[in-house]
Amino acid sequence: MNDTALQYILAAILVLPLLGSAGALLPAPPGLRGRGPDQAVLRHGVTVTGAVLVLAIVLAAGFDHDHPARMQATTDLDWIPALRIHLHLGVDGISLPLLVLTALLTFLCALYSYFKMPDGPSPKAFVALLLLLEGGTLASFAVLDLILFFLAFEAVLVPMYFLIARWGGADRERSALRFIVYTLLGSVIMLLGLLLVGVKAGTFDMVALASDNGSHLSHTTQLVAVLAIGIGLAVKAPMWPLHSWLPDAHTAAPTAGSVLLAGVLLKMGTYGLVRVVLPIAPGGMRTFAPYLAAFAVVGIIYGSLACLALVRQGNGGDLKRLIAYSSVGHMGFVLLGIASMTRTGVNGALFANVAHGLITGLLFFLVGALKDRYGTSDLDQLAGRTGAALYGRAPRLGGLLAFGAVASLGLPGLAGFWGEMLAMFGAFRPGAGLSRPTYVTFTAIAAFGTLLTAGYLLTVIRRICMGDRDTARAKPVLADVHGYEFAAWTPLAALTVLAGLWPALLLGLTDPAVRSLLGGN
Amino acid sequence: MTSLGAIAVLSPAHGPAPASHTAHAAVPALAAPLTESVDWAAIAPAAIPAALALVLLVADLFLPPRRKQLLAWFTVAGLALALVSLIPLRAGHHATFCRTDLTGGGCSYTADRFTLVVQVLVLGGALLTALLSAPEVEEELPAGEFWFLLLASAAGATLLPASRDLATLIVALEVTTLPSFALVGLRRGDRLGGEAALKFFLTSVTATAVSLLGVSFLYATTGTLYLDQIGRTLGHEPGQLHTLGKAGAALTLLGFAFKLAVAPFHFWVPDTYAGAPLPVAAYLSVVGKAAGFSGLILLTTLAFHPYADTWGPAMGVLAALTMTVGNVGALRQRPDSERSAVRLLAWSSIGQAGYLLVPLAAEAAGRPAGYHVGTTVAYALMYAVVNLGAFAVAALVTRSAPAGRLTDYRGLYGRRPAAALALAFFLLCLAGLPPGVIGLFAKVAVFSTAVDAQHGWLAVIMAVNVAIALVYYLRWTALLFGRTENGQEQGMAGTVGTADGASGALAARTPFALAAAIALAAVAGVVLSGAPQIVLRYAEGVLL
Repeated sequence: MNDTALQYILAAILVLPLLGSAGALLPAPPGLRGRGPDQAVLRHGVTVTGAVLVLAIVLAAGFDHDHPARMQATTDLDWIPALRIHLHLGVDGISLPLLVLTALLTFLCALYSYFKMPDGPSPKAFVALLLLLEGGTLASFAVLDLILFFLAFEAVLVPMYFLIARWGGADRERSALRFIVYTLLGSVIMLLGLLLVGVKAGTFDMVALASDNGSHLSHTTQLVAVLAIGIGLAVKAPMWPLHSWLPDAHTAAPTAGSVLLAGVLLKMGTYGLVRVVLPIAPGGMRTFAPYLAAFAVVGIIYGSLACLALVRQGNGGDLKRLIAYSSVGHMGFVLLGIASMTRTGVNGALFANVAHGLITGLLFFLVGALKDRYGTSDLDQLAGRTGAALYGRAPRLGGLLAFGAVASLGLPGLAGFWGEMLAMFGAFRPGAGLSRPTYVTFTAIAAFGTLLTAGYLLTVIRRICMGDRDTARAKPVLADVHGYEFAAWTPLAALTVLAGLWPALLLGLTDPAVRSLLGGN
Repeated sequence: MTSLGAIAVLSPAHGPAPASHTAHAAVPALAAPLTESVDWAAIAPAAIPAALALVLLVADLFLPPRRKQLLAWFTVAGLALALVSLIPLRAGHHATFCRTDLTGGGCSYTADRFTLVVQVLVLGGALLTALLSAPEVEEELPAGEFWFLLLASAAGATLLPASRDLATLIVALEVTTLPSFALVGLRRGDRLGGEAALKFFLTSVTATAVSLLGVSFLYATTGTLYLDQIGRTLGHEPGQLHTLGKAGAALTLLGFAFKLAVAPFHFWVPDTYAGAPLPVAAYLSVVGKAAGFSGLILLTTLAFHPYADTWGPAMGVLAALTMTVGNVGALRQRPDSERSAVRLLAWSSIGQAGYLLVPLAAEAAGRPAGYHVGTTVAYALMYAVVNLGAFAVAALVTRSAPAGRLTDYRGLYGRRPAAALALAFFLLCLAGLPPGVIGLFAKVAVFSTAVDAQHGWLAVIMAVNVAIALVYYLRWTALLFGRTENGQEQGMAGTVGTADGASGALAARTPFALAAAIALAAVAGVVLSGAPQIVLRYAEGVLL
C-alpha cells in the first residue's frame, strides 16, 4: 500500500473517534434507533471503535515492515505558525504496536460495556467520553510535534476524570480529582520542559529533534528539560514515589476505565520517555538515568511488598487495588529498561509496555467480572477463610484468572516474560557512561522483585481459584464466563500467548526504531 | 473629539479635583494648530459609540415604555457598526491629532495594529455584553441610562488603546471607569449594589489620583506627555530628577494595576462583581480588564522601556501574586453560599489577570520593546470570548435561580443540555484543558514567553496555579453533569421562594438575545479551537 493511502488511514484513525464522540451526543438517526436510545448509543460506540480497530489493523498491515525505523504514513501541515506548531503525524515501529493496542483495548471495552454497562448516568455520555479518550490516546502515539504531544496528553484527562467520577465505585469523586490534579500538575511541568527544548532548539518537531540527538542543546538545558519532562511523564507512568494517585483511581474506576487506564494511559508516560527524552536530550538523560533506575527498582520492590500486604488474609485488601499496585511494580521494570539506555533494555521496556497492557487489561476485566458476580472485590470477603474455590464454582473464569496471574508474574512462554527479562539484561550491561556496579545492584534487586511478584500472584491464585469442596458447591451457582466476556477476553489471552511464543513479532518492529532513536546505526 | 465631549457631560458626577487636573494637563499636549484636519475614519470606532450614547439618552425620553427594547438593538447595531468601521483601518497606519513643532511632534491618537486588536476586543466584548444584558435591562434596569452608560464606557475603552499621550490615556481611562460606577449601582433599591458601587468608586478614585500624581511627576521630569517622547527622554534626565522619574513611572503604573485588579489591589473585585447586575460584572471582567492591561502595555513598552530592568521583575512578582491570590480565593468559594457563581468568576478573573501580566514580565528580558505584549493581547482575546460566554450562561441560570449559587448548576445538563455543554466548554477553556484547545494554546503561548525570558520560577508558579485553577473549574463542570437531588427541577426550591408561577414560566423561556450571546461565544470558541492561529498570530512579532 502506498504512503498516501496510509496517511489518510492514520488521519482517519485520529479523526473518527472525535467525530464519533460528537455523534454520540446527537440523537440517533432514523433506522439506527435500535431497541432504545441506550442500546443505540452503545452500539454506536462499538461500531466506531470497531471501525478504528479495523483501520489500525489495515495500517499495521500496510506498514512497511522492512523499514520500521522510518516514519511512515506521515502528514506534516502548518497549524499554528505563531507557536511553530505543525500537525505532524506518523508511525514507526515504536508507536505502531501501541496504536494497535489502544484501538484493540478500546474496542474490547466498548464491546464489554455494550453488554455490561457500568452503573451510573446515561450511556450516551459514557460512549462520548470513551471515544474522546480513545482519540486522545491514539493521538498521543501518532503525533510528532512536542506541543501536540502535550495536547494529546491533556486530552485524555477530562474524559478519564468523568469516567471515574461518574461511573466509578466508592470514593470516586475524590479519586478522580486526585488523578486529574496529579497528572495535570505533572503535565504542565512537562510543558515547561517541552517549551524549553522548543525555544532552545528552534523547533518542536520530534523527528528533527531526534535526529539532532541533542547536539543543539547545551548540557544545562538538557538537564533542566529532562528533569521537567521526566517529572511529567513519571507521574503518568507512574514512577515511585509519584504513583500515589494510581491505586485510588484504579480502585474507584469502572471496569472499562481501569482497563484503559492500566492498558493504555500509563503507556503514554513510558512512550514519552522513549520518544522524547531519550533521543532529544541524551546527555541530560545520562545524568539522571541512575536515579530513574533507582526509583524504578524501589517501585518494583514497593509495588510487590504492597501487594504482599494486600493479599494477606485479614488485611481486607482489595483485588483491584492489588492489581493497581502490581502495575507500579511492572512499570518499574519498564522504567528500568529505559534507564539502562541500551538497545536491549529499551526494547525490553517497549515489549513489557505492550505485554503489561494486554495482561493487566485482561486482569482488570476479570476482576471487574468477579466484582459483578460477588458484589465486592475485597479479598477477604471473596475468599473467606478457605478460599473462593473459583476452579470449582466457575472453572473457566478461574482458569482465565490463573492464566492472567501466571502471565503477569512472567512465566516463560507468555508475554510477561520477555519484556522484564530484556529490561533486566539491559540493566545488567548498561549504556556508555553509566556505572556498571550500580546497575548490577539494581538488576539484582529487580530480580528479587520478580520473586516477590510470583509470591503474591500465586497467593492470589490460591485464595481465589482454590478452596474447599463446600465452597465449590455453594449456592447460588456462580455464572461462568458469558459469551460476550469470552469475546472481550479471548483476543487478549491469545495475544498474550502469541507475544510470549513469538516475541520477534514485536521486537522486529521496535529494534530498528530503537537503534535509530539511540543514535546508533 | 466626540468622546471627550462625553466626559464633559459626565465630569460633574466624578468629582472636581481629577477633572480639573486632567484639563490642565491636556492643554499643552493637545494644543495643535487650529487648522488641523481630523482623520474621522481613524477615530470612528471610538466616536460611533460615543455619539450613539448621546442619541440613545435623548431617544429614551421619547420612546414609550413598551418600545424601550429598541434601544438594546440600537446599541447592538451601533457596536456592530463600530466594529465594521475598523475594517478600513486594518492596514494600521492611521494617526490623528498630531502635532508638528520644533521639539519633535507626536500623535495623540494612533490606530496601529495593537490599537485595532484591542478595539476589536473591547467592541466585541461590549457587543456580547449588550446581548447578554438585554433581557435584564428590559425587566429590571432603567433602559436609557443603562445603554448610555454602557456605550459611554465602551467609547472610553475604545479610545484608550489608541491614546499615545498621558493626558488622553488618563481621560480615556476615566471615561471607561466613571460610567461603570453608575452601572454597578444601577439596580434600584439594592443595598448590595450600592455598597459595591461605593467600594468600586472609592478604590478607583484613589487609583486615578495616584496615577495623576505619577503623571505630574513624569511631566516634571521629561517635559512632555507623549509616550514615545517620554520613552526617549527617560534615563537621560538630569541626576536630581532621576528619583522623581522613577517614582512617577511607578505611581502611574499603580493606577492601571488597580483597574486590572492586580493583587494587592484586587480586593474590590469580588464584592463589586457580586453586587453589580450580572451583565455589568461580565463587562467589567472583560472590558474593564482590557482597559487596564492595554494601558499597562502602552506605558511599559512605549514610555517606560528605559526602566525595563526595574519594572520587569516587579511585574513578575505581581503576576505571581495575582494569580495565586485569585486562584486560591476561587478555590475557597463555598458552592452553597449566595452568589457564589459570580464570586468564583470574579476570583478566577483575578487569577486570569495574573496570566495576562506574565508576558509583560517577560518583556523586559533582552528582547526588543513590545516583543511579548502580543501574547497578552492574544490571551486576552481568548479570555474575553470564553469569560463572556461563561457569564452569559450564568445570566441564563440566574433567571431561574436568582440566588446564583454554584449548587444551582447541579444537573444543568438534564435541564438545558446546550447551555450546560457550552458552559463546560467555556470553563475548560478557562482551565486550559482539551477540548478547550484555544485556552490550552493561549496558556502555552504565555508559558513560552516566560520560558523564553528564562523566568523559570514564574513559569513554575504559573504551572502550580494552572493545577489549582483546574480544581475549581472542574468541580463546577462536574456539577453541571451531576444528578439533581430528589429529582427536583431546581434542586433548591426552598430558597427560590418567589420563583413560581409567572416567573417560573419566564425562567423556562430563553430570551433570544441571551441565546445569541451564548451561541456567538460558543461558536467563536470552537472556531478558535480549530484555528488558534486567528488570535495567536498576535503573539508572534512586535505588535506596537
